[in-house]
Amino acid sequence: MKQERRLRILIAKPGLDGHDRGARVIARAFRDAGFEVVYTGCHQTPEQIVSTAIQEDVDMVGLSILSGAHTYSFPRIMELLRENQAQDITVIGGGIFPLEDIPKLKSIGIKEIFEPGAKLQEIIGWVRANVKPRRALTA
Amino acid sequence: MNIIDQVLAGEVRATARLLRDIDDQVESVQSILKALYPHTGRAYVVGFTGSPGVGKSTLVDQLALKYRREDKTVGILAVDPTSPFSGGAILGDRIRMQRHFLDSGVFIRSLATRGHFGGLTRSTNDMINVLDAMGKDVILVETVGVGQDEVEIAHSAHTTIVVTIPGMGDEIQAIKAGIMEIGSIFVVNKADREGSRKTVREIRNLIDLGMRRREENGGWEPLIVETEAVKGRGIEELHQAIEKHKTYLFSNDKGQLDDVLRKRATNQLVETLKDEAFKTIMARLQVRGVTIETLVQKVLEKETDPSSLVQRILGEELR
Repeated sequence: MKQERRLRILIAKPGLDGHDRGARVIARAFRDAGFEVVYTGCHQTPEQIVSTAIQEDVDMVGLSILSGAHTYSFPRIMELLRENQAQDITVIGGGIFPLEDIPKLKSIGIKEIFEPGAKLQEIIGWVRANVKPRRALTA
Repeated sequence: MNIIDQVLAGEVRATARLLRDIDDQVESVQSILKALYPHTGRAYVVGFTGSPGVGKSTLVDQLALKYRREDKTVGILAVDPTSPFSGGAILGDRIRMQRHFLDSGVFIRSLATRGHFGGLTRSTNDMINVLDAMGKDVILVETVGVGQDEVEIAHSAHTTIVVTIPGMGDEIQAIKAGIMEIGSIFVVNKADREGSRKTVREIRNLIDLGMRRREENGGWEPLIVETEAVKGRGIEELHQAIEKHKTYLFSNDKGQLDDVLRKRATNQLVETLKDEAFKTIMARLQVRGVTIETLVQKVLEKETDPSSLVQRILGEELR
């Protein structure tokens, strides 16, 4: 059998804001980059996001957030991933963040934060360089 | 605990990872699937097909809810298309299923077609077996939804549900030949829309026309159910229709269930044989430095035609 490992990514919007244009644009860009993108829509709780990430066996979760709720939802998501022994899944964020929050988010394990103005090619390039499909189970 | 025991114990992460390896055609899954195979055959498999936008995901969501209220565990496989240009895909069927995300009795997996035709993926049958071995009582499979020729689901499911909506142009356009013949149940969703009764009548007529062939085949007369899935209307009736079909299959005096299982086994065997034969031949050619590209070049340069070339290759490789 020939192996064809595809990168699988979950794009999710935690919290209450319903502005999902950014999430949709990035989902589309990732598709065009050849990734398989699971898109779950708005208003996701950290619990829903982590459960989806595990069931779908994604390599990366991209969190889109504009509401400021990242100070709650991002740490909670990281905590839930750890509780489920799924801390190998890369987590990145995109949206609007106060500058002083970015180092805090990185310190809890968020690998990268993309702010407004980030180019799609830049984000895709980052993913290609930093996220690899998980190794096969028993190979 | 090894992966086989983990799946049999219903562990989510281990199962999710195995499904990924199946999808990616990792060689080592063969022995795992082999070990799991004796534990399959308990789950009831229901397939949903029909054009994009008719409401397959919403129906799956509602039916999953119904089964959960009966305390049955549910596995869901939802297929979306892979872009033929980039190889990527957006898998969005989960958007309609959010209420199940935290229910440990529901396992949802989104799949991309990855160039496979027929409505499912190359991996779907193996994945059904894994969810079955994992202990799910019911497995709901949603096809990619192109609408005319994706009849593969009928070989995988016990009950196949063909979904349409009122007002699809020439009404029955959406469910003509092929797809019209695979439905155990027809659902007219969005039945609050104008023309629903008319659509039901037209489906009824087509079913009546196919009566004789059915009598020869053991005589299940497809049921038609009107639903309004977003509001949950008609789900009770749909559930009853599925139960009726299940009772019919298991009544067994005419061996209907055996037919379903035989069809499924045949299909999986034939598909695997095709896949593996192709790979084996390509691997042998590779050794001699021949690739698909070099073969294509011969055809493009009119040195030979595709059929003759294939005959020649088979003659050399399968002696």
